[in-house]
Amino acid sequence: MITIMVNPNRANDKDRTFAKVLTNQIYIIINKLITNKLTTMKIKYLIILLVVTTAISCGSGNQGADTDKSTEQKAGEATVHDPMKNKGIGPVKNLVIANEIDMEMAAKGEEIYNLKCKACHKPTEKFIGPAPKGVLDRRTPEWVMNMILNPEIMIKEDPDAKALLIEYNMAPMANQGITEEEARVMLEYFRTL
Amino acid sequence: MKYINKIKSVLTLIVIALIVAGISSCGQQAKDSDAFRKGALSSDVASRVYVAPGEYDEFYAFVSGGFSGQLAVYGLPSGRLLRVIPVFSVDPEKAYGFSEETKPMLETSFGFQPWDDAHHPELSQTDGNTDGRWCFINGNNTPRVARIDLTTFETAEIIEIPNSGGNHSSPFTTENTEYVVAGTRFSVPYPQQDVAINTYADKFKGMLSFIKVNPESGLMNIEFQVLLPAFDYDLAHSGKGKSHGWTFFTSYNTEKASTLLEVGASQNDKDFIAAINWKKAEEYLAQGKGHDVPANYKHNVYDEATHMATSNQMNMVKVLLPEECPGLVYFLPTPKSPHGIDVDPTGEYIVGNGKLSADLTVHSFTNMIAAIDNKEYDTIIEGIPVLKFEKVLAGTVKAAGLGPLHTEFDGRGNGYTSFFISSEIVKWKVGTWEVLDRVSTYYSIGHLMIPGGDSKNPQGKYMVAMNKITKDRYLPTGPEVTQSAQLFDITGDKMELLLDFPTIGEPHYAQGISADRIVSKSKKIYKLEENEHPYVAKSEDATKVVRDGKDVHVYMTMIRSHFSPDNIEGIKVGDKVYFHVTNLEQDYDVPHGFSVMGFENAEILVMPGQTETITWIPSRIGVYPFYCTDFCSALHQEMQGYVRVSAANSTTELKWSLGE
Repeated sequence: MITIMVNPNRANDKDRTFAKVLTNQIYIIINKLITNKLTTMKIKYLIILLVVTTAISCGSGNQGADTDKSTEQKAGEATVHDPMKNKGIGPVKNLVIANEIDMEMAAKGEEIYNLKCKACHKPTEKFIGPAPKGVLDRRTPEWVMNMILNPEIMIKEDPDAKALLIEYNMAPMANQGITEEEARVMLEYFRTL
Repeated sequence: MKYINKIKSVLTLIVIALIVAGISSCGQQAKDSDAFRKGALSSDVASRVYVAPGEYDEFYAFVSGGFSGQLAVYGLPSGRLLRVIPVFSVDPEKAYGFSEETKPMLETSFGFQPWDDAHHPELSQTDGNTDGRWCFINGNNTPRVARIDLTTFETAEIIEIPNSGGNHSSPFTTENTEYVVAGTRFSVPYPQQDVAINTYADKFKGMLSFIKVNPESGLMNIEFQVLLPAFDYDLAHSGKGKSHGWTFFTSYNTEKASTLLEVGASQNDKDFIAAINWKKAEEYLAQGKGHDVPANYKHNVYDEATHMATSNQMNMVKVLLPEECPGLVYFLPTPKSPHGIDVDPTGEYIVGNGKLSADLTVHSFTNMIAAIDNKEYDTIIEGIPVLKFEKVLAGTVKAAGLGPLHTEFDGRGNGYTSFFISSEIVKWKVGTWEVLDRVSTYYSIGHLMIPGGDSKNPQGKYMVAMNKITKDRYLPTGPEVTQSAQLFDITGDKMELLLDFPTIGEPHYAQGISADRIVSKSKKIYKLEENEHPYVAKSEDATKVVRDGKDVHVYMTMIRSHFSPDNIEGIKVGDKVYFHVTNLEQDYDVPHGFSVMGFENAEILVMPGQTETITWIPSRIGVYPFYCTDFCSALHQEMQGYVRVSAANSTTELKWSLGE
């Protein structure tokens, strides 16, 4: 029974120790049961223990090692989260921006922005969503582009995007079918605001 | 006490056993259920039609809605309804026939028709294979043919058929969709005129129309019509392979009865299959043999760029007369009022199902050509040679059942014929004509369908029976019970019933196609940049309200989750208000709806990047809410606005706003 409960390949150390303690408890109770020293209350306790033990072994078994890692990461972020270091989740991994603003790109970006984005984002003031003015002082360029390109995943998984969704009254960022190139020129437009 | 302890120990053991079972299964759950499905349930037909949540069906089935006038799309093998495409009848859910853009689709020479009877879906073909580009379907009552675009699953075009009295033998494509056809079921006076009905035999004619399909755009035009005797032309199929270039139409009422056809049209032992050589027709047209005949019909086309349909008045058709065009038409005598006519995948065999017979008559294309070459004629009717029956006959499937109607093929050398009276499907061998298997249907089957079953390469895995009567197969729902289709597995020697599923309207005929021929081409959004609607507002900056006399045009946009503008004032009682609403979304599956309180109209359901227009003539003063009718986001309930209606003589200023 113990070997089944604690699958050493899947559970982490903490889980395993805890399960061992629980298992010992179960043995003590079963012993008492056999020697007839058990009250109804204790039977209830036994059932709860058994269920918890099962939950641990199943739960950790199903999620595996990746979950453990991500929990550690999240714990780290919670203490020293810096949006200016967060590149978001999406196709844009690393982006180097020239010092000079490319006005030709910005003009193209403004055109696309007016057509696809402006219904919810006014350039310089808060509307349905935040204004893009000064966004690069608050966010990395990669994050901005990933937010445009991959909004469904971002509002589910990225801590800064999640916070914005709540701040903006649960109005989700729409996926407007923007290409990477279009998002890049819009980023240039945001620099002019 | 001892007793209680016993209970305790038994209880504990049970708990332990349960937990152990739970633990040992929890890691392996997925594997076990797979094994369970494959092993223990493998003989269970339910698992063979089960499509797991989130997974796709293997085939699309386009099933006509019959007297609903629409085309329903199902997944096979699950029988799940995926969409109802409005074609010949209005649909307030999608504003089809209500929005200004789609009203022209239902225009005819008789005016706006809100309904028709849709019978035979037919998929476009390339090299005799279904290609997943378009689905055609006939309108029976006011003769028309529609083309549905399978990138959008919307009706793209409807053409009316002049000189026709009921379009039943239609649309049935040629092997490269050169033509779809339209043969009249009811002969009518030609030209249409005020005459006594008992002049039928003299004054009435039957017209067969050939509609050319543009290979790029799909646009249809009536290339020519062939004037035939006043019979009832029932069904059709075009040749393929060696018989490519010919189209075959069945006929009944060769007695030319105009009353009590139930008796009068069943006198002759044999009626005719009309074989039309359309390649010959093209030669005669090129020689100028076509007569320009005045006609009055509508050609309605939906333009995807402007999101708008236009109805065009047509005034002329070219008519070919058989007596002036030798070799254009032959009659093949076929017993007992032939109904369905079906050509096998090789193009050699032409199956005519005499619906008042027990036998299937199979003609040979090779024999037919030989009989034509040798002038083996019985007689000549109105310039049309009648070929000798025994010279064209290839064989007979003997006493297969009662009331044979339609045949489809599985691509493995077998034919499957539906029998209405004996309510069954009979499987038979092409060439030897022996009956291989039979299976009952519940009840009174009309058409049957195998995906690609009337093409050169059938995808012969499933077969769908479309039944006329349901009776006791479903929970009763008052006097009318749901219509129904039945799915069979035809991969084995025996046909095997897998599933009953309910359908909309009457499931008259269907076409099936493997999903991969359509999925990749399916459109997800309309691009805003490509929207050429004359009243589009491509951004909120472009929204406005413009008065032109009593007409008021509202250029409105919608995006999750607000309208722009959402406050409108200065509308007056008696104005005609056009709401031109553009959906600014560019994401898949995010339509928004729009409707105004009391506006005597249907909602519009606007797809991403699309513009639709709905009109309202307010009849009383007040402030009326409008809102989004299609759940769009967590703030869907906030997606609303107000329009103020003032008295006709008021001076309320016209203004509009959002967030002010």
